[in-house]
Amino acid sequence: MNWWSSERRIPVSNCYWIVAIVFLLAAPSAFAARIGDLSETTVLEQAARFFTFQDPAVRMALIGCILLGICCGLLGTFIVVRQFALVGDTLAHAVLPGIALGYLWSLEKAPLPLFIGAVAAGIIGAVVVSLIRQTTKTKRDSALGIVLGGFYGVGILLISIIQERYPRDVAGLKSFLFGSAAALNESDVWMIGIITVVSVVILVLFYGQFKVVSFDGVYARSIGISAQFFHYLLMLLLAWAVVAALQAVGVVLVSAMLIIPAATAYLLTDRLHWMLLLSTCFGILVAAVGAFLSFLGPNLPTGPFIVLTASAVFLLVFAFAPRHGLVSRWWRRLKQTRQITRENSLKAIYHLQEAGGFAEEWITIEKLSEQRHRSAEETQQEVTSLVKHGLVLRDGNRLQFSPTGKSRAAEIVRNHRLWELYLTDRANIAPDHVHDDAEKIEHILGEETIRRMEESLNLPAVDPHGSQIPQVKKEVTS
Amino acid sequence: MAESESESPALEVHDLTVAYHKKPVLWGVDFEIPAGNLVGIVGPNGAGKSTLIKAAMGLLPLSSGWVEMFGEPLEENRHRVGYVPQREDIDWDFPVSVMDVVLMGRYGKLGLFKWPKKEDRRVAEESLAKVKMLPFANRQISNLSGGQQQRVFLARALAQESDMYFMDEPFAGVDAATESAIIDLLRDLKSKGKTVFVVHHDLSTVKEYFDWLILLNTRLVAHGPTEEVFNPDMLGKTYGGQLTVMTEVAEALARDDGLDATRRH
Repeated sequence: MNWWSSERRIPVSNCYWIVAIVFLLAAPSAFAARIGDLSETTVLEQAARFFTFQDPAVRMALIGCILLGICCGLLGTFIVVRQFALVGDTLAHAVLPGIALGYLWSLEKAPLPLFIGAVAAGIIGAVVVSLIRQTTKTKRDSALGIVLGGFYGVGILLISIIQERYPRDVAGLKSFLFGSAAALNESDVWMIGIITVVSVVILVLFYGQFKVVSFDGVYARSIGISAQFFHYLLMLLLAWAVVAALQAVGVVLVSAMLIIPAATAYLLTDRLHWMLLLSTCFGILVAAVGAFLSFLGPNLPTGPFIVLTASAVFLLVFAFAPRHGLVSRWWRRLKQTRQITRENSLKAIYHLQEAGGFAEEWITIEKLSEQRHRSAEETQQEVTSLVKHGLVLRDGNRLQFSPTGKSRAAEIVRNHRLWELYLTDRANIAPDHVHDDAEKIEHILGEETIRRMEESLNLPAVDPHGSQIPQVKKEVTS
Repeated sequence: MAESESESPALEVHDLTVAYHKKPVLWGVDFEIPAGNLVGIVGPNGAGKSTLIKAAMGLLPLSSGWVEMFGEPLEENRHRVGYVPQREDIDWDFPVSVMDVVLMGRYGKLGLFKWPKKEDRRVAEESLAKVKMLPFANRQISNLSGGQQQRVFLARALAQESDMYFMDEPFAGVDAATESAIIDLLRDLKSKGKTVFVVHHDLSTVKEYFDWLILLNTRLVAHGPTEEVFNPDMLGKTYGGQLTVMTEVAEALARDDGLDATRRH
């Protein structure tokens, strides 16, 4: 599989963390065996049966799930980046009447009639959505909702009728609602395999076209790529993927299999080819784990377990993703808050020294806590943090700046006063309106912005409130 | 058309009418633009400026009329046309890098089943360098300022190596650095004999930027060299409100069977 690497050279170092994450996320499969703690021997037996792969039913289920994981992961990526999630869901529900009619036609669970029926129903559903949108002022989401509910209702009705007429054969059909990986037989797996291979080949051949069309359909047309053709091709592949996943995941939850692995990948990367790869990995992972879990008990549906696994993986990534994850965001914010607190303490010390005309460098901790409006205890903590970061020197109850602390304090005060001056002078904002703003801005102004403001204001000496603006000389390291 | 290509106008639009949902937004527009000009398309909101360039590129169905580029039908010259769409129409969270977007400009020339080659990469890098965005090549596109995003779109159009460009409000909401970068680029394109159409909003810069103007207000008000048509009289006609009768008729057409019916008679 080197088709994306020809597209872009990927720094090797990037690969490691992705591999690491995939391994990390693979952990739940080991974890899952703990369901055996329920002390039901049958569960353990089932697990053993699953992992020895002796049973052909297990092999079929696993191969089928891995294939549909690939198929759904790849197509799901395009669904997610094109904001087509509801389209996938609608298509999945719309195929149900086709399945029921296909079943009625052959009166058994033969893959081909079901496939034809499902794809036909999917296409009719898509056409009905277009018709509703073109002939009325109904918006896209409502049109999709109408088709989703309407077709699904017809499907349920047909299945009830079939249940009534042919009560013995119902078991096979019922698995289409909530999915049963165990019910996959060899011909089902062949069908899923063919669908997956064809989808992968088409997506690889037309990767560039799909990318351009998904990003900007109008631009694609301007360079002679038929946005409409690739849109319908994608819809057709999507209908196939839905059919491939139906047996194992079920009509109701198949769209989750399309959306969640891709959405999880989207949390981790901002490159389409990486997203396709990660989404495929997640697809395989959750389908296999879900299939395993549903094997542990008798008559457990596969769909819910696959979707639950997918949701768990999504939550894990959501929490621990390196850049946008909850934990890392929380950690960054905490670090930032602490830095701002330290800088505010430095500023307070500077103000105290300034009030004394810089005659006395040592400031008592009591004075600092008074200036900061903080309790003695809080101030002690702040001072400890300042000392730890080498910003102040402490001598019993007194403190003074270290050289770095001094220049940082001067920077903060300068930033504050410069910003106030800039607002009053250049933006014509009243002097009594600028202070609160500057309290925040002082911590985030960059060197470059400062330099431009100083230039623009001709190295000013005094701020709008008459206070001296400190000149910060970058100390030359000797 | 016995003319040789050098004598053919770069763009000829004949009796062009475009309707959205049967409601005409451009009426019977006619003009010929000689090659090698910087052409400003100017008019009030809703005048059909974007519609005009989209229709010229064949991106909208025409109710009537035809468009020729370099004396030939559009389809035969598709590869000679570059497009800079409006920035707002795009999902900027889309997972692609700046380089990916610029390479999209090469897909029209690539054909099916092909991947971008070294040559395509080289052209894309050159195009990025021209708009001073090469250092950003590996950035994700949402991490760019509005002006930078605009320059990425310009680079993508440049990577198409076209003879004619259509730019939809490239100056809208960009910083001064980007504005001057675009201007340099326009002059560079003109010096190479390219024809550039620019939908433009800022009347104060029209005279400085463009040597040909199309004044539009759902109909063609005037077109010609800037010094001839850029005068208070013409601007008054362009911005003096839409002709109320035309608006009323347009709405009537939208209610009825519209142009289809009128054309059948």
